[in-house]
This record gives sequence, structure tokens and C-alpha cells, in this order.
Amino acid sequence: MSLSYIRKDMLAPQAPPISQSGVIRWVRDNLFKGPFNTILTLLAIWTLYQLIALSWPWLANGVWSDANSMADCRKIVAASAGPDASGACWAMIRERWSQFIFGFYPPSLWWRPILAFGLLFVALAPVLYSDNKSAMSKLCGVVGALTVLCLIGADGFSFHTVLAIALMAALTALAAIKPRLLLIVTLLFPFVALWLLWGGSIWGPITALLGFTVMVVIYGLVAPKLGPVMGASIGFIAACLWWLFLQSYVSEAWQALLPFQLTYVNSDKFGGFLLAFVIGVSSISISLPLGILLALGRRSDMFLVKTLSVGFIEFVRGVPLITMLFTASLLLQYFLPPQTKFDLILRVVILVTIFSAAYNAEVVRGGLAALPRGQYEAADALGLDYWQAQRLIIMPQALKISIPGIVSTFIGLFKDTTLVSFVGLADPLRGITTIVRADIAWKGIYWEPYIFVGAIFFIVCFGMSRYSMYLENKLKTDHR
Amino acid sequence: MKKSVFFGALAATTVLAGAAFAGTLDDVKARGELICGANVGLTGFGAPDATGAYVGFDVDLCKAIAAAVLGDAAKVKYVPTTGETRFTALASGEVDVLVRNSTWTFSRDTDLKFDFVAVNYYDGQGFMVKKELGVSSAKELDGATVCIQTGTTTELNLADFFKANNISYTPVTVGDDSEALRQYDAGACDAYTTDASGLAASRASLANPADHIILPEIISKEPLGPVVRHGDNNWGDIVRWTYYALLEAEEKGITKANIDTVGASTTDPEVKRLLGLEGDMGAMMGLDKEWAKRAIAASGNYGEIFEANIGTSTPIGLARGLNALWTQGGLQYAPPFR
Repeated sequence: MSLSYIRKDMLAPQAPPISQSGVIRWVRDNLFKGPFNTILTLLAIWTLYQLIALSWPWLANGVWSDANSMADCRKIVAASAGPDASGACWAMIRERWSQFIFGFYPPSLWWRPILAFGLLFVALAPVLYSDNKSAMSKLCGVVGALTVLCLIGADGFSFHTVLAIALMAALTALAAIKPRLLLIVTLLFPFVALWLLWGGSIWGPITALLGFTVMVVIYGLVAPKLGPVMGASIGFIAACLWWLFLQSYVSEAWQALLPFQLTYVNSDKFGGFLLAFVIGVSSISISLPLGILLALGRRSDMFLVKTLSVGFIEFVRGVPLITMLFTASLLLQYFLPPQTKFDLILRVVILVTIFSAAYNAEVVRGGLAALPRGQYEAADALGLDYWQAQRLIIMPQALKISIPGIVSTFIGLFKDTTLVSFVGLADPLRGITTIVRADIAWKGIYWEPYIFVGAIFFIVCFGMSRYSMYLENKLKTDHR
Repeated sequence: MKKSVFFGALAATTVLAGAAFAGTLDDVKARGELICGANVGLTGFGAPDATGAYVGFDVDLCKAIAAAVLGDAAKVKYVPTTGETRFTALASGEVDVLVRNSTWTFSRDTDLKFDFVAVNYYDGQGFMVKKELGVSSAKELDGATVCIQTGTTTELNLADFFKANNISYTPVTVGDDSEALRQYDAGACDAYTTDASGLAASRASLANPADHIILPEIISKEPLGPVVRHGDNNWGDIVRWTYYALLEAEEKGITKANIDTVGASTTDPEVKRLLGLEGDMGAMMGLDKEWAKRAIAASGNYGEIFEANIGTSTPIGLARGLNALWTQGGLQYAPPFR
């Protein structure tokens, strides 16, 4: 028997209707779902079109070469695109890029900031990728190669370049073989960078480093008897005494004995992104540990420590950064004895650090508050003392929670470095741009420097933000 | 108790500071360097060039002072100052002299305790308009939109001028010169007002300078000049007379190029005194005989400095106007060197 109305063979599967698949479905689901979304989409498309229609001719007519002034640019644009066309004048960047990057740092010494910048990433590698050996050596290798390329561009195959190639190769090899030893580079980096950037006698940074040795030795002697806090404070005081009273004599004596120095570069030669990075990197790296200490102080049971921390944090957070900068540049000068030379960049770094430490303290405190009480009690139950508990149990978890907030503070801090233009330092955004515009050849230029500087800031800040996301993913241990 | 110790220390510091300020000349000599508060962004007057070397009309006066005091025009450290920081930098002793297009006003001279020792540029507020507007006098600007920088004296002058002439205007406030220029060029305002010297530079940087005119009315007095601290009169004298030496040199026809030949051939007793060939005028203010000669040799006389930085041969193209010598109908007048 046969049931003719029953199909026996399967139909070949058909593609879903056009409206339910591919681009059309995506567009319908995402752009035109309902009247409200449709209106929004149309509005967005219209706005985008307007923006592009406005800026595209300007960008397309951009002039890069053959122009040495705004007038030249205008002539070239008029010749190529008609008399009423507008065009970007990137020739200004071609001619003045070095001021945006290095300020007025002498061109023959550019190898020093370049090398310091390269070493910065080598020094950061073990901190950024503490347990990822391959990432660490990759970073070192790439940065080393880029540094060498920049050096060849800036200086040709000079003695410094060859030396830098050898140094970068050695550090990359070190990262591949014994990554833990790279931490030594990290610890030495501040002194090396200081010496490379400002120059002067090599004995300055070495004797400054000895101050830390003094601190460690005294800590080792005192801590077992009086505890870590007393050890650290007495060590710190001893180191300060060394820096204030002994260091200069010792370094001068060594300089007389074994003279070795780089050409000294005065702070007023610093500008552009060199300045932004000097202020940003030093403030970021000092303010994080300071912020952690302040956060611990604020949660401490000790009345004095707690009061001081709260007072400091609230005072600093209550004052705008501009006020702090004006204090650094103007007010301090009244309180110091006349004729004291207290470097303006150093003053600014100190106050920016203080500012960012207060913010970091609150971010870290948020992380501490988010930890369940059980974690503290577990640490106590294991018989750990305060510092051990912080180091092994509390901080790793609290910092993990605070990563987005901390990185956000850092990004804000890095962008805030442009505010130093208000105290007469040549930051890339306003300081250098003003200087460039004061040249009659480039007077009247408006968007180009902002776009150039903005692009570099975006790259740096976006990089920081991506790294923080990578770190969050890596440290994610919950299974939410 | 603690408080009184603190204030005592503060007072002692102030006294010390005062004592230290009393001898700016000695400080400069001991330091071997003149610290000059400079502008970093005023076309033609003061700004670093592409290599970072400061150039400009105001900068050349710093060089002349350094040459007179230290014998070397290159021994100047330029401290960049902004409109907000300049007076504090001078008062706190961070700079020895401020040569930064600062207007001499009553309250700055008295209340802020400064001395404006000379006027090296007589400026005034003017208007720039597009030619196609068909306006030939600022009094015809009734109902115009005017681009104006906020927070400056120019804003107040503008309001006064329009009120006095009983005409109306709409202000378009902008942050700085570059923004103003952009707004003006884009047609957001009919007129742009700022100091006439700045207007000339702005006009030169527009696409077609010939399409724009600077109206004849100057609605304010802006005497710009070097500033020193109150109380150190000797240092003030040095700055003042260095400037006058440059003026006197122009009046007597002494230039950077001919200074040696003039010195050898002159019979004019005043020129001889100026160049240190007769008498010892430098000693009266703690300098040597040839101070003025060096100051003139540094960048030339006043006229040469003017022409090289902002004069008609430069793109800025400022006419001498009020800044011509008194012998040519201007206001620049040096007292006798006697």
C-alpha cells in the first residue's frame, strides 16, 4: 500500500529567507528594529555623512611636502584643488615634528631620550608580564628593534647606536633566558633614565642609588628588633640624611677621581611628549605605591596614621590640579630661600604625584572594601602578621578589583600632564603649539597640531586601556 | 608657640629675600647669567624659533641688557612666562627682568610693586575688518559682531568705546589669538579687536591680507615695556639706560655695523660719552665704560631691532608710527647722556 500523500524523500535544506539571514538580517536586527531605532540610525548616518562631507575635502587636499609656510600650503592647495578649496597643512608637522616630540632637546643628543624610552619598556616588561616569559621577550625584542631603528634615524651608525644595539640585544637575550633578572633592570631604570635624560656626572645617580642601599641596610639591622615599620622609617630618614648632606660630596669626590659624564641638558630644553612622558611615567610609577600606602593608612586602626591619611587624601582631592601646579611654580618660590634652584619639572612631578596618589588611594580603598571580611579573618587564622597578610592575601585580590579604576586614574594623569602649559612648561598640546604658531610662517594654523598631538595621546591611552583589559582577563579567577 | 616660630621664620625669610633682591646686579654678575622673563608665543616680539633659540623685539632688549651687564649677549636664560605667571615670577625673584609686552598701568606700577622703567613699544587696541564690509572707521561698526579675547583689558576697552560712541555690538568671545583668527576667517565675526601689533601679525597670516584692513582708530593706550621690582633702583637704572642707549644710538646714527668706525671718527661729545670714550658713565651704576657700546653691538640700535623683528621689511610689516624717534614725529625720546 502506498500513501501517496506522504513524502518519503527529504527535501534538500533550503537557505533561510533572505530577510532572515546575512547582512540583511543583521541590518534589520541592529539598525532598523522598530521605528525608534530606525530614526536613530538615519540620524546617525546623516550626521556621519555631514561630518565626512565637511572634513573629507580638507583631509584629501592635505599638503605634506614642498611647503614651508601656511602661504605655501595655501598656494599648493589652490593650485591642485581650485582657489576656494581648503586643505590641511601637514607640512607643519613635517617641519616641526621634532619639537612636538623632544621640545628643544639638542638634536645631537636625541639618542638619549630615545634610548631611555626604549629602556622604559624593557624595564616595564617584567612588571607588565610577570609570568609570561614569551610575551616579555617578544616585547623586549620588538622594542629593542624599534629603538635601534629610531636611533639609526636620529643619529646614523654612531658609537651610541652600536652601543644601544648591543645593549638591547643583551636585554632581549636576558628576557628570553633569565626573565627574573630583568627586574634588576626595572629597579635600576629610574637612575639610568635620569642620567640619560639630564646628563651630568654618572656619579650623581650612582650615589643617589647608594641612598637606597643605606635604607635597605638600616632596615635589615633595625627591622628584626623594632619591627618593619620602625625599620622602614629609620631607614628612610637615614637615606634622606645621605641624600641631603653626604651625597654631593661623595659624588664630587668620585667625579674627581674617575670622571665620566654626559653633556648636561637643562630642564628648560625639555618639551613636547618628552616632557609629558617624564612627568607622566614618574608620577604614575611613584603614585601607585604611595596610593596603596595611603589606602592602608586610611583603613588602619591607628588613630594618628588614619587621621593623617584621611587629612592628606581629602585635602589633596579637594584642590584642583591647576592650583597645585601654580603652587609648584609660583608659591614654593616664595617659601624657599632666594636664589634656590629647585627644578620646575621636579616640582611639578612631586605635586602631580601627590595629586594622583590621593586618587589612587581611594581607588585602592574601594578594592579593599570589596573584599569579604572572611579573607581578613582567614589571614589572621593562618597566623600571618599584618604585612604578610597584606602582601599574600589582601593586596593581590584588592588590586585585581581596582585595576580598571587605577588604569583610569593613570590615563587621566597622563592627559593632565598637558596642564603644565599653564606654568610655562612646553607641553605638546598648548605649549609647543603656541610656539609653532608664533612663527609667522605657521601663524593661523589651527586643527593640524591638535590632530597630531591628539592622535599620539590616543595611541598611548588606548594602549594602557587595552593592557588593563588583558590584565583583567588574565587574572579572572571567578567563574561568573 | 609653634605658630609664632613659623611666622618668625617666614618674616626672616622675607627680610632675607628683600636683602637679596636689593642687589639684582650683584646676583646677575655672580650668576654669570641674566634671567629674562619672556613670552613664548608672540609673533615678532618673543618666541623660540625652530631651533629653540629665542628671537624677537623684546628678546633683543634682553640680549642688550646681558651684553651691557655681563659683556655677552648670549648669557641670557629665558624663562617662559604666561600672562598669569609673569608678575609672580618677577615678584618672587625667579626672573631678574620681565620683557614681555606688559602694559604699564597705575595699579601694576604701584599696587603690585613693580617699576616700568621704559616703554619700548607704544601699542594700542585696534580693529581689523574685511574690506568687503565697506567700513572705514570703527564708529561705523554699529551692530557688528566683534571677536574678542576673554579676560583681557581689551574686553573692557571695547565696551567703553562702543558705549562712548553710543553704538551697539555683539561680542564673540574667544580663548586666544589663534581661535580668534579662525573665527574671524570663518566669518563668525565682522571685526577682530586686539593690540594693533598683534592685528598686523594676524592680518599677515590670513590667506589674502589685502582683503582685510586695520581701521585707523586706536581705542586704548598700551605702553609696553620692561618691568623690574620696586626697590632696586640701581638695577632699574641699568635696564632703563640700556634701553635709552639703544634709542640714543639710533638718534645719533650709530648702528651695529658702524659702531667701531663711528667711535674712531666722532667728534660729538655725547656719542663719545655714550661709547665710553670720554668720562666713565658706566661706573655711576656699577658697570664698566663700554657697557652701552656692547648693548648697541648686541643686536643694533632701536631702529635696527625694530626693523629686523617687526618692521616693514618683515611679514608683520609694522610701521614705526608712535614708535618713531621724537625727531621723526614719534614718542621715543631718550634723556640726555650727561
